[in-house]
Amino acid sequence: MLVLDRVGKTYPNGVRALDGISLAVAPGEILVVIGGSGCGKSTMLRTISGLDPPTQGRVVLDGTVITAPREEIGIVFQEPRLLPWLRVADNVGFGLAEYPKAERRTRVAGALDRVGLTEKARVWPRELSGGQAQRVAIARALVPRPQVLLLDEPFSALDAFTRADLQDHLLDLWADLKPTLVMVTHDVDEAIVLADRIMVMRAQPGRVYEEIPCELPRPRDRQSAAFDFVKRRVLAALDRSLDRAVAMAEEVEPRAAAGGGLWW
Amino acid sequence: MTADAEQAGAPEAISKRGAARVLRPALGLLLPVALALFWEIAVRMGLSNGRLVPPPSVIWNTFTDLAATGELARHALATLWRVAWGFAFGVMAGTIFGAITGYSALTHRVVDPTLQALRSIPSIAWVPLFILWFGIFEASKIILIAVGVFFPVYLGVMGAVMSVDRKIVEVGRVFRLSGPAMVRRILLPAVMPSYVIALRAGLGLGWMFVVAAEFLGASTGLGFLLIDGQQLGKPAQIVAAIVAFAILGKTTDWLIVLIASPFLRWEDRFARH
Ligand SMILES: Nc1ncnc2c1ncn2[C@@H]1O[C@H](COP(=O)(O)OP(=O)(O)OP(=O)(O)O)[C@@H](O)[C@H]1O
Ligand SMILES: [Mg+2]
Repeated sequence: MLVLDRVGKTYPNGVRALDGISLAVAPGEILVVIGGSGCGKSTMLRTISGLDPPTQGRVVLDGTVITAPREEIGIVFQEPRLLPWLRVADNVGFGLAEYPKAERRTRVAGALDRVGLTEKARVWPRELSGGQAQRVAIARALVPRPQVLLLDEPFSALDAFTRADLQDHLLDLWADLKPTLVMVTHDVDEAIVLADRIMVMRAQPGRVYEEIPCELPRPRDRQSAAFDFVKRRVLAALDRSLDRAVAMAEEVEPRAAAGGGLWW
Repeated sequence: MTADAEQAGAPEAISKRGAARVLRPALGLLLPVALALFWEIAVRMGLSNGRLVPPPSVIWNTFTDLAATGELARHALATLWRVAWGFAFGVMAGTIFGAITGYSALTHRVVDPTLQALRSIPSIAWVPLFILWFGIFEASKIILIAVGVFFPVYLGVMGAVMSVDRKIVEVGRVFRLSGPAMVRRILLPAVMPSYVIALRAGLGLGWMFVVAAEFLGASTGLGFLLIDGQQLGKPAQIVAAIVAFAILGKTTDWLIVLIASPFLRWEDRFARH
């Protein structure tokens, strides 16, 4: 269980990026975070990953307070951030330095196979397309088999087809290993395709604005009425979250509504 | 072969491309060869006596004579030896100081201003002091060269370490690399391209300073050949020594590039030459 307990983050320049975020993510749950630009989504992921510990509150994973990066928590950044001096296979195996060579090799081969890039193992990162590089980054994060995988807009730079393809890939991976996923996106469709629960954030200071359960059966049909229903609800919440005056007035109410009936 | 034969004119196109590959580098030789030829002809036709500016044939003869007597090799080796030691010491010091000041903000604040102040002193100005301290023999020469090599390497390494992408360093942090592992697996490869450039700049200065060092009283070395040629009025010997400098400088620079290239194959560069 991943728990954020009244997590706050104030940057040295005084920006209050997160304010009192409380949240519990069950093992194997997919939580998708959505919200306007600058509302603190990346900051939240960095806080969970231990890269930037919170200035208030704490992040707890299975009883351990997270203050520094841990093996159980993987992160995929918005950019692939591959190491240009390592070939693809070595990039994927980067986090496995302490493992015996044979183990490393099988895990890397397995991960590359999962993201469909076995034939690119010996290639330099500069020779990959954007989508391939992002898949390598996902493979690199998966290879230590993290309990929690954080994804910060991992597909935002990709076209719609590649994006849908990678979403399927990600769901396959998730079905295999069942990590807890916390993923940030700007794409409402993507959120609904993937999420068990959608969290809408609001800016200045970054807070949880609304949580919307998303328990449609998988695989999800983007054309279905149920999909559309959730989508409209998320869009409405996003809309309200971006309008600050309204957001202030409605601070309590929409949260109460969020738990409401799952009619499907 | 058969595929080529099927397309009319294909072999012709290929040979044209092959010729282009040979001719393009040769383009750079056009100007110097033309100038040399012009001068040779001018001297042969008696337009100039060529005493102060010897024609290429005379330079070539001087060069081969020096080479045949073993003089050239002796002087070139002496110079090479000095450059090698000066370069080694300069690179070592420059790398260590550059890495530390680049890595640690505190050391940077303490050490860098002093080094920058020292850098602004024309290095030749140290020579009298070095001679007083280290004598007139090899030590003072090597130290002068090392000083020349030190600064470009120091600046290059420091700048490279300081500008390593934070995003890449974060990848190391996510995988919980220890300090030494971070240096070995992230920082070192990340600074490699700039390091090679710094080494080449340092080597260039090393060759510059060896001449200065050998001007200050040496009985061997290409710099001595220069001075000797001046004092005995042998311009051809001077030019021959200059040619030797050019060959050695270019060769050693090329050696650095050659040795570094396996480590830099990953580079995603605009220019591939
Ligand atoms: N290193 C930093 N130093 C100071 N302020 C920062 C820093 N990083 C982010 N911020 C500020 O914190 C706030 C939240 O930033 P964050 O990057 O978490 O937003 P985000 O929700 O991920 O936005 P986007 O959707 O555009 O990626 C912003 O106001 C931003 O200006
Ligand atoms: Mg962000």
